[in-house]
Amino acid sequence: MADTVTSSFDPHTHPHDHEAERHLATVDAGIDPGHARAHADVWLSDVSAGYGERIALEQVNLAVEAGSLLAVVGPNGAGKSTLLKLMAGLIRPWTGRVEVLGHPAGQQARRVAYVPQAELVDWAFPVSVGDVVMMGRYPALGPLRRPGGDDRRAVADALAKVSMADHVDTQIGALSGGQRRRVFLARALAAEPDLFLLDEPVTGVDATTQEDLMDILEAEARRGKTVIATTHDLACAAQRFQRVAAINRTVVAHGPSSLVLDPNVLARTYGGHLLVLGGQAVVLDDAHHHDQPPAGESHFHEGGGGHPEP
Amino acid sequence: MDALFEPLSHAFFVRALLAAVLVGTVCAVVGTFVVLRGLAFIGDAISHAAFPGVVVAFLLKGPYLLGAGIAAVATALAIGWVSRRARIRADTAIGVLFAGTFALGVFLFSTIQGYVADLFSFLFGYLLSTTVEDLIGLAILGALVLGTVAVLWKELLYATFDPLGAAASGLHVDRLESLFLALVALTIVISLQAVGIILVVAMLVTPAATAQLLAVRFGRLMAVAVVVGVGASIVGLYLSYWLDAASGATIVLVETAAFLAALALGPRTGLLARRRPATA
Repeated sequence: MADTVTSSFDPHTHPHDHEAERHLATVDAGIDPGHARAHADVWLSDVSAGYGERIALEQVNLAVEAGSLLAVVGPNGAGKSTLLKLMAGLIRPWTGRVEVLGHPAGQQARRVAYVPQAELVDWAFPVSVGDVVMMGRYPALGPLRRPGGDDRRAVADALAKVSMADHVDTQIGALSGGQRRRVFLARALAAEPDLFLLDEPVTGVDATTQEDLMDILEAEARRGKTVIATTHDLACAAQRFQRVAAINRTVVAHGPSSLVLDPNVLARTYGGHLLVLGGQAVVLDDAHHHDQPPAGESHFHEGGGGHPEP
Repeated sequence: MDALFEPLSHAFFVRALLAAVLVGTVCAVVGTFVVLRGLAFIGDAISHAAFPGVVVAFLLKGPYLLGAGIAAVATALAIGWVSRRARIRADTAIGVLFAGTFALGVFLFSTIQGYVADLFSFLFGYLLSTTVEDLIGLAILGALVLGTVAVLWKELLYATFDPLGAAASGLHVDRLESLFLALVALTIVISLQAVGIILVVAMLVTPAATAQLLAVRFGRLMAVAVVVGVGASIVGLYLSYWLDAASGATIVLVETAAFLAALALGPRTGLLARRRPATA
């Protein structure tokens, strides 16, 4: 089945291939490395990483400028979460270097807010919405000091931003999926970080929540904060993020979302995974309808439509 | 009322009561984190690992608290280290160390002839023979554990709830984990006095498990756990006095009864029982 899809792309692959490589050349190699590093909030050089014996990422080179709103896209198992964990200093690279906010990853942790995937959170844990958001203030407070007026104000502001002020005393398990993501974004906002690392912040949420959360992240990026989020939602990546890094074990493409989210790059990123993803065809259609990438989109659409099997 | 006050005329009963209240408090506080982290099995392992420490302390005629403390803390840290280094699941590492250390204790125990009664009391507790020196030791260690939890309350809570988020924001989650396991070990050492090696895990887990059925906020959950732990310790001690039964076992039975009552009568029992089966 994978063969069929690959071959169906073949007629269109070659012209776009060159185009895509030109894009990549402009985006990645065009900036000289020293300049990129100096202006980057997050900078990875020849990084490989994995778990145990299993390699998840290799030869990753990426420079994310301050004030970027970057989506990390790629198929399941592409290493999106691993990339985020490297930036958060939660895992160390096997090789290469990861610099965050001008220092090795992990050293500027208090200026970084990381939000894990929703599945990794114990929603039965006995904490309220307000408790969770207050945790964003804990690292800066340090041991012994109790949260004060500033902290309570920061929590209230963050909850107001995500429209959850009315739920401050609700136990987190009683929240809907969208409300849970709102609360965790509020925790990140309350920490007042310079870098947001968000693992699937808009996965499985309703359209209103997605719009609200993206509005907030956009506003943070405009204030000069750097926002990096993984997502499965290519339509969201195309519409709401300035920049996209398409990854599959390594960076396939990185640049303005309109350039990266072209069908050829997507085909190379997702490869045989397109069929495995099944329902993702819908997402690709959305990308087609709402995005305005150049030629090729329709080819891709046709290709996807020609193989409707799950 | 006389039945309540008569035992208090005995100094040994008062000492036992103070020890029981202390142990009930410390166990409930630390046990709240143990239950929320799903570490009940680790508590059981650490308590059994204290056994060889106790036996060695007897052989060397040293203080039992020191022997039990060293063995328990060493095992607690070894569990964390082995599961990280050997890339095996934590419960496997615990299973290996749990049995291995307890076997070492039994082995050493089988080589000595005297002190059998004393060692037996370590397996099942000896609350009613608490001495003033014991009480002082308990008070110091208990204050150490409670003080540490008070200082690192926020950090322990954050690292328990969301270890990834906490680590990414600069909390030293690995160090907190090791420190917490050391606190569990100290708590167990303190509790050996009251209920002994075999039953200590109940003191650690049951009050917090009961509180989970009754409270949904962390602070309140811990408060309820302390009430259950202290209440069961007092009620259990009186019952054991009146019934002339083993005090440690009676306390654990009262705690278990409190848990079952909360399960049967608690406001959200069905819901909570389904939501958190692994930590019961």
